[in-house]
Amino acid sequence: MQKKVTNITFNPGFKENIYYPEVFRGLWITNRHFFVNMWRHTLNLFGIRTKVRPAVTYQYPEDPRPAHYRLRGRHRLTEKQNGAMRCTACMLCETICPCDCIHIVPGESPDPHIEKFPEEFTIDLLRCCYCGFCVEACPVDAIRMDVTRTEMAGYTRDIILTKELLLGKVKAHPWENWIAEGVEEKAG
Amino acid sequence: MIDWVILAASAVKMLIMIAIVMGIAIILTWVERKQSAVMQDRIGANRADILGLRIIGLFQPFADAIKMITKEDFIPPFSNKFLHTLAPVITFFAVLVVFAVIPLGPPLEIAGRTISMQIADINIGLLFILAFGGLAVYGVVLAGWSSNNKYTLLAAVRGSAQMISYEVCLGLSLIGAIMIYGTLDMTDMVLQQSGYWFGWIPRWGIIMQPLGALLFLPAAIAENKRVPFDLPECESEILGYHMEYSGLRAGMFMFAEFIEIIFIAALFTVIFLGGWQIPYLYWDGFHWPWGGMWYLPFWFVKTLEFLALFGKIAFMIYFMILVRWTLPRFRYDQLMRLGWKYLLPLGVLNLAVTGVVLVIIGRI
Ligand code: SF4
Ligand code: SF4
Repeated sequence: MQKKVTNITFNPGFKENIYYPEVFRGLWITNRHFFVNMWRHTLNLFGIRTKVRPAVTYQYPEDPRPAHYRLRGRHRLTEKQNGAMRCTACMLCETICPCDCIHIVPGESPDPHIEKFPEEFTIDLLRCCYCGFCVEACPVDAIRMDVTRTEMAGYTRDIILTKELLLGKVKAHPWENWIAEGVEEKAG
Repeated sequence: MIDWVILAASAVKMLIMIAIVMGIAIILTWVERKQSAVMQDRIGANRADILGLRIIGLFQPFADAIKMITKEDFIPPFSNKFLHTLAPVITFFAVLVVFAVIPLGPPLEIAGRTISMQIADINIGLLFILAFGGLAVYGVVLAGWSSNNKYTLLAAVRGSAQMISYEVCLGLSLIGAIMIYGTLDMTDMVLQQSGYWFGWIPRWGIIMQPLGALLFLPAAIAENKRVPFDLPECESEILGYHMEYSGLRAGMFMFAEFIEIIFIAALFTVIFLGGWQIPYLYWDGFHWPWGGMWYLPFWFVKTLEFLALFGKIAFMIYFMILVRWTLPRFRYDQLMRLGWKYLLPLGVLNLAVTGVVLVIIGRI
């Protein structure tokens, strides 16, 4: 199908070429922004009309941008009520993972009623594309991705989640900084 | 005989002027960040703190200064060391020395002497400014050439072409004002703007020379190499003439730019905005054109005049930062076209009209 094409011709005349009228029009707009925002800042300073935000900035570490409830953050392995891992090492997540970043070593479960459990469960976060397929594939809701865990900066190339980290047994991994903790507290 | 009072007064004036200029320039780096942020619906630098005290980012200039001083000052081994060191000094000197002829207020009478509020009360003030403004080109050319780098050399060529072209417009736009005032002395110029038309329109330069003022501003901003005329600098895209500078030297180029903002604001205020004059304010108070007056004590009037000068300068600084954060950069051909095909003929037109009007009203 032929798309409708609109040709916009712009022939700068004298008015555009000497720039002044257009320049002052532009200056008027930015000037208005300045004074409107200053007025709102001043009102907010005295606690009036705080709903009207003078700036689009989020004061990030203290006041992070609200995340969508379906955001896929860092992974977490869940536990049963008796504290044992939910994961049965069925390998579904490792199979479906498009980035091939989950690595599971299954082992014999100490519990006689349960067949297997993962002896090792590592996720290479630098390969993960956060598609969330592992969460959907899991038949027993053993792996989840949390909305609040989004800060995953690091100084090295080995951001690898081990089983302990995934279970939350170990904290304060070098790259898991204080911000994430604060956000989690705030999120309740 | 050396007149010791005048000499001492000059020294004091110099110290005050340098302190004021440097102080304002330091604050300007903060003002520029904050104003641009508010204009663009942002918040701006507000994290620099001393012991947890932030006061809306006012410590940011200190953080910048510490960063610049402690940075590695690298002189490229392939550069011409002497000229490489000299270039920022020339730039800095050229913008600082012109403050010698900016009057800070009307002449004061102290101990039987008239002490002008200029550092150098020379009667060729404006020529002095244009001459030293021309010197700034050397800073650009030397910085670009001595770095021995093709990009900086190209930027220096762009910069010198731009500065020389716009110096013509700058001079032309000022000649109209000079013709009206009939003087080159800055204090005299301000005093010339004290009358009124029809008894109520203040005879400021911007009212007598509207076209001159409109031509002066872009030419002056182009001289300062700020957006929209920042072709010689443009750090982020096509690289500027001070690319091979780091640390405090690069800081000197940046700082010179901020000082020149103050200078252009001061020059515009003195030539076109009536300097320290406030409409209808005489030495003993306000004389309203519709009759009646407010009597004010002498010291209060002097303070008001001082504040008026700084208010006008602050407004012009605000305006220039507004321009810098609103307009996109000119392309090189647009820049040359604007300078030579529009500003220059308009400047000549302004000159002709001013001359004709002066002849008609019988001033020549
Ligand atoms: S989110 Fe996607 S890429 Fe990441 S581990 Fe799960 S399946 Fe693999
Ligand atoms: S899909 Fe679920 S149960 Fe299966 S291995 Fe992965 S986490 Fe464990």
